[in-house]
Amino acid sequence: MSNVRVLVGTRKGAFVLTADASRRDWKVNGPFFGGWEIYHVKGSPVDPSRIYASQSTGWFGQIMQRSDDGGATWEPVGNEFAYDGVPGTHQWYDGTPHPWEFARVWHLEPSLDDPDTVYAGVEDAALFRSIDAGATWSELSGLRGHTTGPFWQPGAGGMCLHTIILSPADSQRIVVAISAAGAFRTDDGGATWKPINQGLRSEGLPDPHAEVGHCVHKIAMHPSTPDVLFMQKHWDVMRSDDAGDSWREVSGNLPSDFGFVVDVHAHEPETVYVLPITSDSMHFPPEGKLRVYRSRVGGHEWEPLTEGLPQSNCYVDVLRDAMAVDSLDECGVYFGTTGGQVYVSANGGDSWEAIVHDLPAVLSVEVQTLA
Amino acid sequence: MTGHAVRVVLPAHLKTLAQVSGEVILALDGDVTPASIIDALEDSYPALRGTIRDPATGRRRPFVRFFACEEDLSHRALDESLPPAVISGTEAFCIIGAMAGG
Repeated sequence: MSNVRVLVGTRKGAFVLTADASRRDWKVNGPFFGGWEIYHVKGSPVDPSRIYASQSTGWFGQIMQRSDDGGATWEPVGNEFAYDGVPGTHQWYDGTPHPWEFARVWHLEPSLDDPDTVYAGVEDAALFRSIDAGATWSELSGLRGHTTGPFWQPGAGGMCLHTIILSPADSQRIVVAISAAGAFRTDDGGATWKPINQGLRSEGLPDPHAEVGHCVHKIAMHPSTPDVLFMQKHWDVMRSDDAGDSWREVSGNLPSDFGFVVDVHAHEPETVYVLPITSDSMHFPPEGKLRVYRSRVGGHEWEPLTEGLPQSNCYVDVLRDAMAVDSLDECGVYFGTTGGQVYVSANGGDSWEAIVHDLPAVLSVEVQTLA
Repeated sequence: MTGHAVRVVLPAHLKTLAQVSGEVILALDGDVTPASIIDALEDSYPALRGTIRDPATGRRRPFVRFFACEEDLSHRALDESLPPAVISGTEAFCIIGAMAGG
């Protein structure tokens, strides 16, 4: 019998939620690292017992944790993220040069084939990699060293590298996204990078079609179609069919095309989920109705999924790393809110129920499907 | 140079990380300074590395304070000698997570 393990990062600790394949009766473990901000927790796809977690506070900085027993026990590992060489500067909010300063790890992406290798996306934006299970970290500095690097600017939440997509078809290809620099791709294992923002349009930029500067919120990919990428941008839901070389808008009939999360069904590469948020100045669902929208045709045409979700007086937000899917036969979809709820749909989004109601604000949700 | 048994009080989160309860006693040789205390703490408890000083700058983190002998020593140089009462172990060197955040 298969099981699922949901890894939840919150403002005040991590939680591990487990259930069998029915996904009805849940066991809640935690908080782990109580009182600390847990931006992300993610397990290795090749060794599900190996899990990495990013733990931080404004008081004591960044701690990295590793579990080798599926989240039951944890061990602090290396937490030194030193930029390669002289860090240089990027642009500050006021347009002045600002030194690159490490703040925290936003996103962890374990390797697809080696449990000891894991990538970390950090603020100020850079990509690091550990090949010794988190003991030490080295920057893949070709990204930050791109000629546009000195012109990158932070978004409101800081200049974070929040998306790391490892291609299952090409071990040398990685796609990352940075708020608010945009999306970038390497085809040589991280040595060199190119912006992949053609087709994006951002009214907040002096040149709406600029090469960099776009506030990309999240990118998702189905492993069977690695050239197809879906993006939730600050505004606009976008799609690329050429691994990011070009993008086209697929917002279609969404009630708002602002939002943070985007994900793809585990077995249907053209079934996509987003969660519309009212606007960049009102970070809550339109009309106070919490609705996931699903497209079964790769965008443009979206249907609201509301059964089991609050349809009045709901003013939570769903942050960029807070949606995930499992790979059981009937795909499960999960998301967490800033109100502390984690919702599950065990039927691809047709109906939902809350696993937990009252966690601290949820920063991230990941799911492991266990044999 | 004689050794010193220096008493250190950690904030709750760092006690949890270091897996200690109560005061930590550090055996220090040579000059007793905030820097030598932090060095010894990080050697004895690797989980504390980078939590008190920013590893990139070597500076005390902004929301970490150092108190001893009813004085705020946070703004002294990290390599400045601590008061004799701390060196002798009569008084503890307190590392504080500052009240912040409302």
